[in-house]
Amino acid sequence: MNPLWLSHFTATSSIGRGLDRTLDALRQRRAGLAPCAFDTVDLATFIGEVAGVDAVQLPAHLADFDCRNNRLALLGLMQDGFTEAVRAAIATYGAQRIGVFLGTSTSGILQTELAYRRRDPVTGALPADFIYRTTHNTFSVADFTRHYLGLTGPAVVVSSACSSSAKVFSSARRMMAAGLIDAAVVGGVDSLCLTTLYGFNSLGLISDQACRPFDAQRNGISIGEAAAFALLERTPEHPEENLSADAVLLLGIGESSDAYHMSSPHPEGLGARMAMQDALKMAGLHPAEIDYINLHGTATQSNEAAEGKAVAGVFGPGTPPCSSTKGATGHTLGAAGGVEAVICSLALQHGLLPAGLNTRQLDPALDLDYLLDNREQPVARVLSNSFGFGGTNCSLIFGRAGNP
Amino acid sequence: MTLTAYIEGIGLLGPGLAGWTSGQAVLGGSQPYQPHQTVLPPPALLPAAERRRSGAIVKLTLATGLEAIAAAGLDAASLPSVFSSSGGDGENCHAICEMLASDDRQISPTRFHNSVHNAAAGYWSIATGAMTSSSVLSAFDASFGAGLLEALTQVVVDNTRTVLLACDTAYPEPLYSARPIPDAFGIALVLAPQRGAKALAQIAVSLTDADADRLDDAALEALRVAIPAARGLPLLRAIALRQDQRVVLDYLGGTRLAVEVAPC
Repeated sequence: MNPLWLSHFTATSSIGRGLDRTLDALRQRRAGLAPCAFDTVDLATFIGEVAGVDAVQLPAHLADFDCRNNRLALLGLMQDGFTEAVRAAIATYGAQRIGVFLGTSTSGILQTELAYRRRDPVTGALPADFIYRTTHNTFSVADFTRHYLGLTGPAVVVSSACSSSAKVFSSARRMMAAGLIDAAVVGGVDSLCLTTLYGFNSLGLISDQACRPFDAQRNGISIGEAAAFALLERTPEHPEENLSADAVLLLGIGESSDAYHMSSPHPEGLGARMAMQDALKMAGLHPAEIDYINLHGTATQSNEAAEGKAVAGVFGPGTPPCSSTKGATGHTLGAAGGVEAVICSLALQHGLLPAGLNTRQLDPALDLDYLLDNREQPVARVLSNSFGFGGTNCSLIFGRAGNP
Repeated sequence: MTLTAYIEGIGLLGPGLAGWTSGQAVLGGSQPYQPHQTVLPPPALLPAAERRRSGAIVKLTLATGLEAIAAAGLDAASLPSVFSSSGGDGENCHAICEMLASDDRQISPTRFHNSVHNAAAGYWSIATGAMTSSSVLSAFDASFGAGLLEALTQVVVDNTRTVLLACDTAYPEPLYSARPIPDAFGIALVLAPQRGAKALAQIAVSLTDADADRLDDAALEALRVAIPAARGLPLLRAIALRQDQRVVLDYLGGTRLAVEVAPC
């Protein structure tokens, strides 16, 4: 593929609003996980809640979009000058030539969960102030973002569970290559709700502790929430002259399906392996050229077993340094691919390989160079894995424009 | 910018439309349209456990997708896929929200994994053995157009065949009052980059601000407006009529899709 330039990017999660706080939390090994006190949830688990979401106010003309997920989207869009960067891109390309591709798993379903508590006792009707289209509907977050940013090009939500905001890069790449658009706002937004907390609990997949990816004693996920965005543009001609050395480029994408089970990964990690191999192929890279892998690493028994085998299968003995950052952010589900793309971009720009947090004793069955401490070194190319329910897999490869 | 592809197979299932073979006679005007509730066939291709757990959106997706791929004479396992739906399984969503508002919030594992928007895509890959990539999309009422654009970019940019599966299912009350989708409706299209022996029509798609085509038959037009996936019906009518034609499909806000249809 022709590399695409992440000209601007930002992330807001439980470890902080915006890039500076995110980088600082990674450097300080600070996790955003805390015992769950969300809404009326009575589960003994840890969550990665973003502080201050409830206080966010949507602009009056977009009031119909008001729900936790869109408040979180707006909080994310306000960081790091991202909105201003998109406005500048509109001046360059035109509002109709910039697409919106956002990932979410549950969108604003919390709004419907809350509305079901206020049904008319006689008729069963939902309250009159409930607006499905602009809150609960899966597309709502892209619709809100498009309106907020004043974009009029193609827009879509990718909702393939926990691979959603990795796969948006693929849809954006194709639409840019097809010539329908010149730039794309990509990313993911997912927010806390009862469906995912009680749903993962029903599967026995949530931990009663802060999650411990790749630990021998790992016992499930900690659910988080996040908003992450990137502005994708074509790489300028003569990038050595027109891009700074630490500009981040998307180099390759691999996608696959497990065709195995709805809520368990393929036990040998076959689909995950195909996704990583396809991403390397598209990037024209050998496994040895990858300096760091941001693992999917949810801290379930089955994910790590499958992903460990898949990584070892692709990279052989002596894997690149790798870690899951979900011990810090929690599993932000449909936003995870976007958040981890931003963490990978920070790793490239700042030469920081972030340690996996909460992991006390590495699972000896998994043959990985798993980072238990931060490592500072030049980083040229990184791979990020995102896998999801339904057996959906996506791997992304990012690199620096110039040598580190 | 125009994106060109060849349609090699069509699947169709909806109220009064039981497959492309009979459906094209209705859309072409040689048979009257007689609406009745959509009949969803059991998903025979799924293993027994998954068959029991599958909801309407899974049955609809499998039925339309397999019809289109059989017509194209292809192996489903070889095709990348694009799934586009306004909102997934409304019955399942209702059941979950009802339980979460009750004193007993212990929703079942099956309810939960069926709640993901990519449930149909997951069951599809299990049923067909397809380990290929799948794009799973939503764009509310623009979902058909968004799915068609995504599928076309796969065909044009990646030079591959792909299958588009645009499906929506009914919402029960009280959600129905907020999102009035009355019944199940799905369209599946196998799209190819080159003209092959099975090609039915060439389509060339571009963005436009022209008004979307309406259907002459009042009941069919009501269907087109009521269910997002049915926004693709004017395209199917043009193929059924087997004549060069330009149709305009609903898409997003003021943007619509102009489709030049040429029979093969």
